[in-house]
Amino acid sequence: MQGTDLFRQPAALATLVALAAGTVQAAPPTQLGKPEGQLNIVAWPGYIERGASDKKYDWVTQFEKSSGCQVNVKTAATSDEMVSLMNSSNYDLVTASGDASLRLIYGKKVQEINPALIPSWNTLDKRLQNGSWFTVGGKHYGVPYQWGANFLAYNTKAFKTPPTSWSVVFEPTQLGNGQSNKGKIQAYDGAIYIADAAMYLMAKQPSLGIKDPYELNEAQYAAVLKLLRQQKQLTHRYWHDVTVQMNDFKNEGIVATSAWGYTINTLQGEKFPVEGTIPKEGSTGWADTTMLHAEAKHPVCAYKWMEWSLNKNLQSSLAEWFGSNPVVPAACNTKAPGGSNFCQSNGFDRFDKIYFWKTPTGKCKTQGSCVPYSRWTADYIAIMGGR
Amino acid sequence: MMSYALDKPKTAQRQGPLAALARLLYRRPTLYLVLLLTPPLLWFGAVYLGSLLTLLAQSFFTFDDFTMNVTPEWTLANYRALFDLANLDVVLRTLSMAVSVSLASAVIAFPIAYYMVRYARGWQKGFFYIAVMLPMWASYIVKAYSWTVILAKGGILYWVFGALGLKPLLTALLALPMVGGNSLSTSNLGRFLVFTYIWLPFMILPIQAALERVPVSLTQASADLGATPAQTFRHVILPLAFPGVVAGSIFTFSLTLGDYIIPQLIGPSGLFIGTMVYTLQGSIGNIPMAAAFTAVPVVIIAVYLSIAKRLGAFDAL
Repeated sequence: MQGTDLFRQPAALATLVALAAGTVQAAPPTQLGKPEGQLNIVAWPGYIERGASDKKYDWVTQFEKSSGCQVNVKTAATSDEMVSLMNSSNYDLVTASGDASLRLIYGKKVQEINPALIPSWNTLDKRLQNGSWFTVGGKHYGVPYQWGANFLAYNTKAFKTPPTSWSVVFEPTQLGNGQSNKGKIQAYDGAIYIADAAMYLMAKQPSLGIKDPYELNEAQYAAVLKLLRQQKQLTHRYWHDVTVQMNDFKNEGIVATSAWGYTINTLQGEKFPVEGTIPKEGSTGWADTTMLHAEAKHPVCAYKWMEWSLNKNLQSSLAEWFGSNPVVPAACNTKAPGGSNFCQSNGFDRFDKIYFWKTPTGKCKTQGSCVPYSRWTADYIAIMGGR
Repeated sequence: MMSYALDKPKTAQRQGPLAALARLLYRRPTLYLVLLLTPPLLWFGAVYLGSLLTLLAQSFFTFDDFTMNVTPEWTLANYRALFDLANLDVVLRTLSMAVSVSLASAVIAFPIAYYMVRYARGWQKGFFYIAVMLPMWASYIVKAYSWTVILAKGGILYWVFGALGLKPLLTALLALPMVGGNSLSTSNLGRFLVFTYIWLPFMILPIQAALERVPVSLTQASADLGATPAQTFRHVILPLAFPGVVAGSIFTFSLTLGDYIIPQLIGPSGLFIGTMVYTLQGSIGNIPMAAAFTAVPVVIIAVYLSIAKRLGAFDAL
């Protein structure tokens, strides 16, 4: 019961947390004390809504009332921004994507959590509970929040029949209208896109023995880079900005590219002939996790939020609002404010075909040693520059 | 009269702590100077030079690939990596863009500045000033984004070329190596247009300031002595206004060298120094390598400024 007493005392807790961060990470708490009255979250824009954008989408007000924790949100536009914000101890929680979560864990910026303190943990999608992007050595470093796929977006006028393979963006292809795809396709401009190419080769050249597109040995990596160099010859440009990409669809004659659900939804909203699909090779995707800062000043409120974030009303509203999938299956049957069938349109049933973003590291599970992310970045920069 | 003159010091001799301080400062000019200069020097030394030196120090730190942590172990590896071909590409790509943007800005800005100084009168002068400055008041991001629309295949530039029947010319331009690309908005040509547009005011104003200082009498004298207008321009106006051109080029050159927004929005996908630093710092947290990359423009600009100083640019600012 010593732990109980400690956690009732915010000052003692702060000391403990500071000690934990300074030396070896201590075990997560086993019991919660009184809420601290405040909670600071780093989140993607649109992730923590209090009804300011649209009154119907509000999942903060009620939490504040029931928990007594005042929620402050700091939005971050990129994973990178999230990582750098978490370098300071002003924040308690972060909604980190898979390409940031392992960096946060290995960088000791976030702490292990105790699922026993989160009653709704058992309602979590079983497919996500032990996701490798937030579970290291059997320890959980956060609670899943939402997930989504990187779709193959294509112009329905250029493709008479929907493309079934990513080959349309990797290999020289003749389109339905007889033209070549050269100069009409795009690729993502982040190094994490190397995994998309690896995923394609995984299906196309089984002899390479790629088991996980984020874990590549030297030979596999070389083959993937070769494919990406071939793709460079075909690209119109590497997309970085969603607005520019939508503009390229409308004005530059782009016919196929990797894209987010948000882009496809928005273009369809403007009656532009575009569709998104998950081809036979599968898709890369993102799964976001609510993670607790290693030196969080309001851990009790943070635990309360992690519990709250799993309720099915929040999950369904958020999935509809953001164009993503809930991490609690029951939310699929919970009516969202807009009344759409979001689980269907956002690919909830195609989970098995999705390889979630995670940061590639030198030490990896499926083989002896892998090419780390720093080399991915360096090489992808070279490829984009035409080398 | 006499008594008046004697009385004056009495009335002037004020009392009180402020007056005492004033007398103290008057008697000790060094103290006065120290008080006056300490705050700006502190600002310059600690905030400006301090952060710059911290940055340079970081560039010698070690980045661990596995944990993605930075450790303060000294290494030259980052600077060695700058000479990797892919990284050299980034430097050369940025440098050549900065040089071409500066040259083009000078060529466009000179006639405008000349007209502003020599021909615009009264309200016209005000109009030109505002016309040159106005774009600087609008958000830089908005301007860069609008250019993505202007340069798009469905955009107004393509339309103009089409309406004039000049599409083949555009296609031929875009087929050129280095300059061209898939379309205007993904070519170096498009990026160059945007850079030149955005930084042009920074070139016009110093040239205009330099031209203001060229006396009209000199050009008249030159004409009286039988020089043709072209000769007057080459031997009188240009040499006298040249420091202004160099001063303007300091802005266009260094602004292009450090920019990281325009290269993201317009042009081919190869990285610029700015976007490279952004990527290194952000997506991998390799701050040492990012710092090493930051040292590149510092060195380039230092060389550039020393050349500019020889050309007298600092007299024209």
